[in-house]
Amino acid sequence: MMNIFTWDVLSGVLRTMIALSTPFLFAALGETFSQLSGVVNLGVDGIMLLAGFFAFYAVFLTGNVWLGLLLAMLVGLVMGLMMSFVSVTLKAQQGISGIGLQMFGLGMSSLLFKVLVGTVTSVTGFRPVKIPLLGDIPFIGSILFNNNVLVYSAFLLVPLSWWVLEKTTLGLKIKAVGQNPAAADSVGINVNRIRYFSVCLGAVLAGVAGASLSISIANLFQDNLTSGQGFIAVALVYFGGWSPVGVLGGALLFSLANSAQLWLQVLGINVPASLAVMLPYVLTIVVLTVAVNRGKQPAALNKQFFRGEN
Amino acid sequence: MAFKFPVKSLAGREPSHGEGFEFFLRTAIPFLGVIAALLISAIILLFLKTNPIVAYSAMFQGAFGSVNGWSQSLVKATPLLLVGLGVCIAFRASVINVGGEGQIILGALAGTWFALTFPDLPRFILIPGCMTAGFLAGAFWGLIPGFLKARYKVNEILSTIMMNSIALQFMNFLLQGPMMDPEGIKAGTFLAQSARLPPTSWLARLIPRTMLHSGVYVALIFAILVYIFLWRTTIGYQIRAVGLNPRASRYSGINVPFNQMLSLTIAGGLSGLAGVIEVMGVHRRILEGLTGGYGFTGIVAALLGSLHPLGMLPASVLFGGLLVGANTMQRAVQIPAALINAILGLIVLFVSGSALWIHQIIKKRKTAAIVVALPKAAAASEETKS
Repeated sequence: MMNIFTWDVLSGVLRTMIALSTPFLFAALGETFSQLSGVVNLGVDGIMLLAGFFAFYAVFLTGNVWLGLLLAMLVGLVMGLMMSFVSVTLKAQQGISGIGLQMFGLGMSSLLFKVLVGTVTSVTGFRPVKIPLLGDIPFIGSILFNNNVLVYSAFLLVPLSWWVLEKTTLGLKIKAVGQNPAAADSVGINVNRIRYFSVCLGAVLAGVAGASLSISIANLFQDNLTSGQGFIAVALVYFGGWSPVGVLGGALLFSLANSAQLWLQVLGINVPASLAVMLPYVLTIVVLTVAVNRGKQPAALNKQFFRGEN
Repeated sequence: MAFKFPVKSLAGREPSHGEGFEFFLRTAIPFLGVIAALLISAIILLFLKTNPIVAYSAMFQGAFGSVNGWSQSLVKATPLLLVGLGVCIAFRASVINVGGEGQIILGALAGTWFALTFPDLPRFILIPGCMTAGFLAGAFWGLIPGFLKARYKVNEILSTIMMNSIALQFMNFLLQGPMMDPEGIKAGTFLAQSARLPPTSWLARLIPRTMLHSGVYVALIFAILVYIFLWRTTIGYQIRAVGLNPRASRYSGINVPFNQMLSLTIAGGLSGLAGVIEVMGVHRRILEGLTGGYGFTGIVAALLGSLHPLGMLPASVLFGGLLVGANTMQRAVQIPAALINAILGLIVLFVSGSALWIHQIIKKRKTAAIVVALPKAAAASEETKS
């Protein structure tokens, strides 16, 4: 048996980990905003799929990755509006409406892909941009500072989200609405408007997450490209205790598991592929069970707000 | 109309036992949602340069236009009804079971294992044995997320979805390894499917040259059993009480987490039964793609059937028909059957979005009725006094 613990393999695993954490980061940070305002958006996976398809399709037709990204964000926004209209304005039960959104995204992306593209085709996605000087550091440089724009932005989004949530009035309003919507309402905060904003922000970021799968990591589209990563992203928000830094930890943990599983297969180590693929899903359930900061859960999470009744 | 239709609205509010108009609202509005979803999909079809009328008539013809179409629709309605009954029981206890796919797989695996291990058992023991094995395996797959919810408050939607993926990989592992058809290995095809079940375990076909099998009766029997369970037994009453008002249930001594766990376990069992019936009635072996999305479509059927066993009978036939028709449509106008998933998603959005609205209309009518009735009653009592 060859020695798998070489520097090359380790750097390969870590490089893959950084790349694979991008969709988790975008989707889970977005979902953090949404959940902090009190809305569980379970449609993240569907948004990622449909946005991922449109990003892919735009690049497929024009070769312009920025157009793809823009289109993905637009799809995210539209689906975010759908989710907020049904869940906030019509006050649907969030678990159900989210599943509806997911089924819609899954079906729609598969339909459009089969009609408009047909076969799995690869495109040229975002290219790595090496950061001068930092990128030349041995070992670390190639892992951290030789990635594409989406990867850098995903990691920059962590402190940015933290700042918005902890240091701005907007962040305070979002959390107030999620903790006690009646109290927030009584001091003049428009509960529905804040929830619309948070859900749509989350959905746009989920759109970016989808684009990062289809035009940054895989550089192709296929049926059910996400294979449940959107749901794992929702679980990461629970795991991260509704804080951006916690979400970062969870995203890294999961992408490490994914990356290790991929490298196990690349190195030809004798583990049945299906059992290796199972790993992240088992990990999700374990993580949901053991590492939950229940105390930090927004009090009004998953609850509809009826003005003047609570 | 004296028929009472006790339904907990999706908005999680008190149920109201109602008369004809209420029944009409609760059933008709969701079906309007189906029509709206079909209309939106028609617009999508137009964008894809397909005539929606041609596509939909192909769909309808395929589903309900012939004996063969009808029997195929009923074949697909069978697992939908069973999965949906489970979803209904879980939903009554405020638990959302999205784990149908995984539970179907586990049930199918266990049933197949039973039939292949005891092929010499007489038919009248083998068939119930397979069904029991399937039910138990599915129930086990529902018990895990149920226990995690009861004990650790793990969100059951997420855990059941993860259980689906785990079950799928588990099935792939078994079908590519330990359970692979020895015939396929001998012939060198290595298809990812199990050996063929012994003929004694096959469910009888009801109409010659169609797929319609006796499993449809089993599903019907379970619809009645679930109705009796929910409305005529103490446990069923407790499950419904937990869903209607968890706090009041707790005060009156009902064990809320236990009932939620139980409801998810039964839901898993019913999905497992759907899986084993699909194996014994249709494929006669377990193979990839066995679940056919029934785990998700069953949720939609349950929602559209107002989470009531009787309402779910027409709903599951409708969705069975949609699934069959989608394949016909794919052949006729080259629109992928995936369209049906998008339609299902829209239906769920419409149904969940209209739930509270329906509830409020009914509430307003009731208040209005009281406002009208009270002065009359007062006047009547005045008259009797004087």
